[in-house]
Amino acid sequence: MTDNRSVLPIPSEELAALRARYPAGFESSLVMPCLRRIQELRGHVDDGDIGALATYLGVPRVQVEEVLSFYTQYRREAGGRWQVAVCRNVSCSMRGAERLIDACERKLGVAVGETTPDGRVTLSTVECLGSCGTAPVMMVNEQYVENVSVESLDALLEELR
Amino acid sequence: MSSKKLLMTFPVTATSHQLADYRARGGYATLEKVLRTMQPADVTKEVAASGVQGRGGAAFPAGRKWGVINLADGQPHYLCANADEGEPGTFKDRWILENAPHLLVESMLIAAYALEVRHAFVYIRGEFDLPYRRLAGAIEEARAAGYLGAPLFGGAFSCELVAHRGAGSYVCGEASGLLTSLEGKRGYPRNRPPRLTVKGLYRRPTVVNNVETLANLVNILRDGAAAFKSHGTPKNPGTRLISISGHIAKPGVYEIEIGYPWRTFLEEDCGGMMNDANLKCVIPGGISTKVLTASEIASLTLDSESVESAGSSMGSGGMIAIAEGTCMVRLLQVMLRFYHHESCGQCTPCREGMGWLHRIIDRIVDGQGRKEDLDQMLRISRMNDGTTICGMGDAAGYATVGILAKYRDEFDYWIEHKRSRYDGNLECRPST
Repeated sequence: MTDNRSVLPIPSEELAALRARYPAGFESSLVMPCLRRIQELRGHVDDGDIGALATYLGVPRVQVEEVLSFYTQYRREAGGRWQVAVCRNVSCSMRGAERLIDACERKLGVAVGETTPDGRVTLSTVECLGSCGTAPVMMVNEQYVENVSVESLDALLEELR
Repeated sequence: MSSKKLLMTFPVTATSHQLADYRARGGYATLEKVLRTMQPADVTKEVAASGVQGRGGAAFPAGRKWGVINLADGQPHYLCANADEGEPGTFKDRWILENAPHLLVESMLIAAYALEVRHAFVYIRGEFDLPYRRLAGAIEEARAAGYLGAPLFGGAFSCELVAHRGAGSYVCGEASGLLTSLEGKRGYPRNRPPRLTVKGLYRRPTVVNNVETLANLVNILRDGAAAFKSHGTPKNPGTRLISISGHIAKPGVYEIEIGYPWRTFLEEDCGGMMNDANLKCVIPGGISTKVLTASEIASLTLDSESVESAGSSMGSGGMIAIAEGTCMVRLLQVMLRFYHHESCGQCTPCREGMGWLHRIIDRIVDGQGRKEDLDQMLRISRMNDGTTICGMGDAAGYATVGILAKYRDEFDYWIEHKRSRYDGNLECRPST
């Protein structure tokens, strides 16, 4: 069933301010900034948001769905309270990312792509975060954690309550 | 040879990214000089005369790109800084965004003036949180100080600047994919012609320049094209930000004068290899540039001509140093997994080819490799070359061909013995 809820979780003043920053006729360009903001507020983007955003911006619903399924940072389902994403690209792998991913799986008791049963942490891997000089690096929600080691991982995961 | 610095010219402190510090370093004085004393076309002439080339990977002369914009066509023009830094191994634009965001803002205002742009954008990759906050902070400061959104220095010129965040996609670093993404769609690259400078953002003439390319403008317009050309090599002027990672003792971002000796850079500036290891090979400028062996780079200098003479490229300046004992089969496996993950799916050779290459290398690593696999990989790489809308298909091919050409014996060994010639580890171990 398509949810036709028409209210976006973004406050209307904020939407107006966002809209004012772009030139007239750039409504389509607001799809990604709005999706990011929805996800920040709700934790993920649900079906109702898609319809509401398409209506608000006057863009086809399918455009919003295409964007959601193309970019890796959008989440369509609620995940853990903490999103832990470990880089596995070349420079990080050369500095221990492969051992780090194994250690994350072991310590959290979940495989990459899964959420701990208590809903605390979702573990994932990402491709190059552009932080190769401080490899290995991981993203915890929005924040980069650099020069991670298997040894420093315990304390780090412990903080994610 | 002294290594002249044009960008990393100040000590990084807790406030060095802010407007007050930037102004104390002479910030926005060049913008004022340009707007008060130069016509837009003169700015483009100066940039062309400087010979500055794109720092994102393609090394296209910025002046020539700008020269396509017709100032009298009566259309809106757009400018977009490419801050979607995503080529693995590259993290130098992040240095500018975090530490010198006002340098980018001032440079973009100069470019906007030259190109008759009223709305400029910075497309910044979605993962860059601190760089985004620094840039957004600089934009707010610049707006409050009257540099953005209001007529400048008593003239008619004014420009708006928006920081627009991506959401995780390598292909959006390709200029046309970036603009399609900025239009709120999947970041599919577009066929050329028409060039983006003819039909770009919303089908209007658009200039897309890399962050570092733009950041050089303040220098070029402050000191003049001749001063800029006095640095670097005649064909490749200026400096480059090199971000180095991998098995190097002191990874990080370095600014070098173009033409700097490669070995000196690695051994002296970067402290040599970690764990006293020996250098096996170097990826010069992002994983899409062909790997060069330690002996190949021994007499090379860091400029396009020198690196291209050895069959590779300076690329994005994302250098990766690789120690002896590192398994190149596993290294290529990581690269091909990446390309497969990031193929946007528009073009058949890339969409199918990336998956095919990835499956073959996974099979080899699983001990199921066949003798004919390596030739098949080369065939697929050739099939991708020049047959896709953007350069990603070619890039994965370069990486594959580059590694197979120099380290085929490691692949043969794995296929025959069903294991790595080394231990299959990508981490560095002390030399023996």
